[in-house]
Amino acid sequence: MNRIFTCIICPVGCEIEVTTRNPFGYPDKRPDEEPVILEINGANCERGKAYVENELKNPQRIVTSSVRVSGGNMPIVSVRLSAPVPRDRMMDVIEELRHISIEAPAKIGQVVVKNILGSGSDVIVTKQVQKASPH
Amino acid sequence: MKEIKSQIPSMNPMGSTMQTLPETILHDVIIIGGGPAGLAAAIELKRLGVSDILILEREKEPGGILRQCIHDGFGLFRFKESLSGPEYAARFIEQSKAQEIECLTNTSVLEITPQKEVITASGNGLTTYRAKAVILAMGCRERTREAILIPGSRVAGVYTAGVAQSYMNLKNIMIGRTAVILGSGDIGLIMARRLTLEGAQVKAVFEIQPHANGLPRNIEQCLNDFHIPLFLSHTITNIKGHNRLEGVTVSQVDGNLRPVSGTEKDYACDTLIISVGLIPENELSEMAGTAIDPRTHGSIVDEFYQTSVKGIFAAGNVLQVHDLVDFVSLEAERLAASVSLYLEKTSLPEAGISIESDLNIAFTVPQHITGRSDCILSLRVREPVKKCKIILLQGDTVIREARLPKAIPAEMIQIPVCAADLVSLEKIKVVLEHE
Repeated sequence: MNRIFTCIICPVGCEIEVTTRNPFGYPDKRPDEEPVILEINGANCERGKAYVENELKNPQRIVTSSVRVSGGNMPIVSVRLSAPVPRDRMMDVIEELRHISIEAPAKIGQVVVKNILGSGSDVIVTKQVQKASPH
Repeated sequence: MKEIKSQIPSMNPMGSTMQTLPETILHDVIIIGGGPAGLAAAIELKRLGVSDILILEREKEPGGILRQCIHDGFGLFRFKESLSGPEYAARFIEQSKAQEIECLTNTSVLEITPQKEVITASGNGLTTYRAKAVILAMGCRERTREAILIPGSRVAGVYTAGVAQSYMNLKNIMIGRTAVILGSGDIGLIMARRLTLEGAQVKAVFEIQPHANGLPRNIEQCLNDFHIPLFLSHTITNIKGHNRLEGVTVSQVDGNLRPVSGTEKDYACDTLIISVGLIPENELSEMAGTAIDPRTHGSIVDEFYQTSVKGIFAAGNVLQVHDLVDFVSLEAERLAASVSLYLEKTSLPEAGISIESDLNIAFTVPQHITGRSDCILSLRVREPVKKCKIILLQGDTVIREARLPKAIPAEMIQIPVCAADLVSLEKIKVVLEHE
């Protein structure tokens, strides 16, 4: 069976066509069986090939959000994951971040949560936060 | 009344003003805007040996729109890694600080004259500057509900995508619970994901065109990942509610983008996000007398990014709306090289070769070139096409040909033009051919 993916790794957004056997295409196969990739076409780079392989087996995403800041020059600070997590865990990551608050100051790259949900990915600060200036 | 009068400069018997007007402050280069374009231009100028630079920024911090773009995907071309907007901006802000480039924040430019005087308002009142070269790097702004004339009630809960983004990412204000998005521009798609992650329900995205306006990767990771439907050839024909938005009416449109009666469908929602395009912010450029291209809504420039006013240059989203910030930075760096050349030579060669395009191409930048130096031609197609060729012609001679597996309006196409390829001083025609 053929399926077309739009690669999200970079803004080129290659349309990558994957030919697979199992589980789709053969109704008699067990649905939990991993698809066997026969052919990958249309990827401009190796990362695109790796992307579709992952998409078929275990789609991964980077989550970006914000966490609360106390005593800073801004109420919240932007954060992101250092490495992608399984796509179906994105909401769990967001839920976890809801309870997090950090103290100002903060630096870009500072780890807010290490190994979030045991995923191996860290939550890192992506914006400089200064202490609130006294009035 | 007496006190007010005493503040007005009055004439003394000798006929001169008692209070001298503040003097004009001189700089080699003044950059209007401390976003990605302005910062990249300043750093590159400094690297090229130009040191007397002043950046004027109206916000409280430099960084421009990147400050609120907390999603990742920036820098893949410029830095070969995926950064969030604030991280991308920080790389330039830190470098500009290390280079001791002066950046005045909370400073709004009120006027630029063709003589390259720049009048600003800040906490210190009005100040007049004059520069040898002025760089326009003001970026762009969003089209609003009013710009596309959606009828209906004037209710709370209708935001442009960027305003919604600023509330959520800078001010920590949640904007609604149930949202509908009009327009498939990238910021709208990003906000669809952001709202969903923050617990709102995004019912659908409606796009009036028969094709999406955002990048394919954003359709994939912002809509498809969250099962948010995208309806093409649909628009919003009514906005309903009393104080707060209660719902919208959506209609299909025909081939001329006109709503088809009988296709109306109501969606209950408390939030409407408008993501219907960006317009370069060129009021100051017009005051300065630069000629504007009605296709890009930005200044007409040559390959030096010089506008029709000598010594005034433009790059970034104020010149043409870009798809990626990486290309904004790179464009501003090319501009810096020509500003440095201009300061050295005090003038740049005349650009007598005009660049025209056929109807399949929305615009080209630059609009005219000298033909004596290599440059990069930026353009966009009007409609999505698969397998096409973009051909540059002088008369009947093909001077350049670029084969593309696909071309979509959401993506900016850049084609290098080599001076050596040109065969004459005749105009260049850019045409799109299907393969």
